[in-house]
Amino acid sequence: MLAQTARSFAVAVALVVCAALPAAAQQVVKLAYIDPLSGPFANVGESGFKHFQFVIDDINRRNLAGGFKLEVVGFDNKVSPQESLTQLKKVIDDDLRYVIQGNGSSVALALADAIQKHNDRDPGHEILYLNYAAVDPDLTNSKCTFWHFRFDANSDMKMEALTSFLAQDKGIKKVYLINQNYSFGQAVARAARADLGRKRPDVQIVGDDLHPLGQVKDFAPYVAKIKAAGADTVITGNWGNDMTLLVKAAKDAGLDVTFYTYYAGGLGTPTAMGDAAVGHVKQITEWHLNLPTKETDRLAQEFKKKYNIDWYYGRVATAMYMLAEAMKRAKSAEPVAVAKALEGMRFQTELGEVEMRAADHQLIQPLFISTIERSAANGGPKEVKYDVENTGLGFKTDARIEASVSAQPTSCQMKRP
Amino acid sequence: MEFFLVTLLNGVSYGLLLFMLSSGLTLIFSMMGVLNFAHASFYMLGAYFAYSISTRIGFWQALVVAPVAVGAIGMLVERFGLRTVHRYGHVAELLFTFGLAYIIEELVHLVWGRLPVDYRIPAQLDGPLFAIYGTSFPIYRGFMMLVSVTMLAALYLALTRTRIGLVIRAALTHPHMVEALGHDVPRMFMLVFGGGAALAGLAGVIGGNAFVTEPGMAALVGVIVFVVVVVGGMGSLAGAFIASLLIGCLQTFSVALDWSIAGALARLGLQPPPGLLVTELFGITVSQAAPVLPYLLMVLVLILRPRGIMGTREA
Amino acid sequence: MSTEARRCEPLNPWRWLPWGGAAAALALLPLVFRHGFALTLLSQMGIMVIFALSYNMLLGQSGLLSFGHAVYSGLGAYCAVHALNLIGKGQLAFPVSALPLVGGVSGALFGVLFGWVTTKKSGTTFAMISLGIAEMVAACSLMLPGFFGGEGGVTANRTVGRAFLGISYGPATQVYYLIAVWTMVATAAMFALTRTPLGRIANAVRDNPERAEFIGYDTHVVRFLQLVLAAFFAGVSGALAAINFEIVSAEALGASRSGGVLLATFIGGTGWFVGPIIGAVVYTFFVGAISSVTKAWLLYLGLFFIVMVLFAPGGVASLAAANLRVAKAGLFGRLAPAYGAALGAGLAALGGFATIVEMIYYHELEAVNDPVLRLLGLRLDVTTAPPWFGAAVVLAAGGAAFWVAARRVRVRWNEVHERLGRGSA
Repeated sequence: MLAQTARSFAVAVALVVCAALPAAAQQVVKLAYIDPLSGPFANVGESGFKHFQFVIDDINRRNLAGGFKLEVVGFDNKVSPQESLTQLKKVIDDDLRYVIQGNGSSVALALADAIQKHNDRDPGHEILYLNYAAVDPDLTNSKCTFWHFRFDANSDMKMEALTSFLAQDKGIKKVYLINQNYSFGQAVARAARADLGRKRPDVQIVGDDLHPLGQVKDFAPYVAKIKAAGADTVITGNWGNDMTLLVKAAKDAGLDVTFYTYYAGGLGTPTAMGDAAVGHVKQITEWHLNLPTKETDRLAQEFKKKYNIDWYYGRVATAMYMLAEAMKRAKSAEPVAVAKALEGMRFQTELGEVEMRAADHQLIQPLFISTIERSAANGGPKEVKYDVENTGLGFKTDARIEASVSAQPTSCQMKRP
Repeated sequence: MEFFLVTLLNGVSYGLLLFMLSSGLTLIFSMMGVLNFAHASFYMLGAYFAYSISTRIGFWQALVVAPVAVGAIGMLVERFGLRTVHRYGHVAELLFTFGLAYIIEELVHLVWGRLPVDYRIPAQLDGPLFAIYGTSFPIYRGFMMLVSVTMLAALYLALTRTRIGLVIRAALTHPHMVEALGHDVPRMFMLVFGGGAALAGLAGVIGGNAFVTEPGMAALVGVIVFVVVVVGGMGSLAGAFIASLLIGCLQTFSVALDWSIAGALARLGLQPPPGLLVTELFGITVSQAAPVLPYLLMVLVLILRPRGIMGTREA
Repeated sequence: MSTEARRCEPLNPWRWLPWGGAAAALALLPLVFRHGFALTLLSQMGIMVIFALSYNMLLGQSGLLSFGHAVYSGLGAYCAVHALNLIGKGQLAFPVSALPLVGGVSGALFGVLFGWVTTKKSGTTFAMISLGIAEMVAACSLMLPGFFGGEGGVTANRTVGRAFLGISYGPATQVYYLIAVWTMVATAAMFALTRTPLGRIANAVRDNPERAEFIGYDTHVVRFLQLVLAAFFAGVSGALAAINFEIVSAEALGASRSGGVLLATFIGGTGWFVGPIIGAVVYTFFVGAISSVTKAWLLYLGLFFIVMVLFAPGGVASLAAANLRVAKAGLFGRLAPAYGAALGAGLAALGGFATIVEMIYYHELEAVNDPVLRLLGLRLDVTTAPPWFGAAVVLAAGGAAFWVAARRVRVRWNEVHERLGRGSA
């Protein structure tokens, strides 16, 4: 109790001192980006890094962070939780106070835990953790912490939104679940069962398969099973090769089902799926290239021109603009103050209002269901203005799911400083 | 019945692809005693070469040129790498190929990048061949089976009807005797290694566009190939053939089985024993474990019959 | 009884210097390397040293090439982290400092479980079985979230339990010292094991199993015991990693960890006891420090490994030992200039090669932002020809010079050894 009061006092003094400093001094706030920058996932990590760099350039140019200049520094973690913790030590040594990460819930859980421990053991040097892609629901439930903010809808929220859309389609009678056999895939399967059971008890779940992660080359037997079960819809959380090979095998076998996925638009997947996916594969995301957003479109086109990579993470823009706004409101770059300004913040984006829920630090935002179609230039519907990865295929919006629909109750009991 | 037929076709076609991959490894392993960890890397190189050639010239040219290129690389590797390491023993040879696998993957990253490349099935081979009870069987799978069987036939003829084939067959089972009889064994090693690499490259050309062509493809398929060779047995191509079909069908059929130990116990009216790890372990179904079953098979074979199904010597 | 017969053996400097020196170095290193990152690297080196030494008990001393040694260290780590959680909840009264024993014992138990059937044969059979088991356990670790904690793994807090003499293991320095002490103890224990009859007969089994059977030892039992003991020490290293990182996840059992320890041990040298120690330090340095500097670190590591396999299969230790022998005979002076020339040429060639590789990676990943790569103070515009041309020239010239210098080294080496053989100084 005394320690807590002393700590708060120290923080207050620090804040006062900081505020008293001449505001004209362009203070540079460095953000540590801990994600894979080498090894098999380097492209995904590099793509994310460039997203952040690009948005931060925009923020600095328009001075949106209340006099603070942002800068992002890369730390390679090779998607290894242990390596991430080692890199975190470097981050602490270099006195960086913000960590950004997204690729891999395993890393996210390790980082959240380590950052909580660090902040407890070393007050005055707190670190804030901004999570842009790790979707394990535990991070905003049983393992929630005040220092973690999540800007992507977690996997339970995505399933809630997905099933709301599915529930309206009376043509769906039999659903097949196929997922990767680890925490994420198991969570997707569980959530699908629970949500469908609630919203459409008449829909039959005719199969629930879990296959080892990244090991299956030949999905033909799974496709045969889906066919034998007579399913008309498949729900899957598969990503990477597991997604691609599944869709390809379905096309080969002439299986006519609709795939509802999380990661069909992931880096490299549309290229690998090719024409097999047209009209059959849907995804749930918070943004895609063909949504009516002028500002983000402009950003995306400039990004593509510069890097020849598609803009994929709409939420990176949201996250950085909200961070800048939080710094402006708090008039400080100290993590504690910024965190207090960030939690509970309502922010207006081009797609509507989003809210960083204070109870669990989960961003509540509208989500979109879209289908892979040929781009307008390639003979497809005219709404598909832009294609992805130069494939001639793009995403067409099917529905908008309001933020309130996907919001989930939380069991988070976070300790606040 | 429908399901059984479809699954059988799938299993056999997958098994034949495995055979294409593992035939080269069996030859190399049987003759030189070295388990080539880089064999799957040759598979990957074949796929990437075919991608580069087919996007510039054509698929059919790639079908001929890519395996030859990979075979040439294999011969170079043997001549300048393995031959140097040969005198240090089998372990050193194994480790050399182990390091080689790392390096080939990194070089592929350098040249073609880290993302999957768009290596497509040629238009003439894209589409359904026939339909069984409503499930279509793609032309390309049929093509894969055809190439695999042709290759097996060609290999068989080469080994049984040609002189060099005769010598190689002798060296498969009695390498030292062949050496003592005065044949140029090092040159034969080089040819066999190059030939094995070429076979892997051919498998890559065929398999790369059906499955995804990306830098991780070697690691994915590498271990299964060892399983096939070990289960089939040293020195036996026929054994490798049987083992590939066996493993192909095993993996394909087991996907359909949702049995688990806990389920079986429940049928008998018993409860699985308590304990955190044990309950979960007993709850795993055969279909969940399907891709991992070949490893179990390999371990069992090595424990109970180290020679393999049709092996003529032990490792 | 005459007093002469009871005279003690004189102090053997070659025994006390290395051990004492190592202990002193371990104790004083944190005073030099104060930063959190450097301390973490040192801690990781200590853990890797124990792991690599345990691996060499199999590879170097018993001739068993294993591709799945991380299974034992990983399972030991999981058991240790669960024990740590139990200590934290107050359900288990056990000092955190002795937690590596929990890891060791559980590793040994799994060694008993998997070991009997796997050690019947050695060579390729054993290697393949170890690979199969490693794949199965790794697959299980993702599928069984109760014990393995799913994707997030199992976390724990190392500052639980009563602080003993003010040691709570909160600060990283305390963890380092814990690891240092355990490293010394484990190294001494494993060294002592090589001196026991079991250790010696394991060497015999490695060299000539048939003959070992003839003199009455069951090779199966010997290999099995070596595996169980190696698994014990692997479990110790796993538990120390669990304490250091406060988290154990599926990668602790994975193929990259098994492959890593194989690389480390081999690079260091399997024929000497000190080999794996050197290899562990070099490997950790590569993975930890070099990987932060360049994205091509995996390529460099692979090339380094292949070069070792081709030209120095005995590892760094064998190179050091061979040169020490020459130095002891006082003939090193003849080799030194040739070495110097080869080293200089080699560095030049390496520099040229590294520059090209770095430029390729930079071109692929970063060049869109800024085409100028800053390398060691040089500014290289990767979109223009001169840097590529220059690097190629340096590589070619360095390579040619190295070729010539290497031949000279070989000539000198043969000269020196001829002299040694003749017994003259």
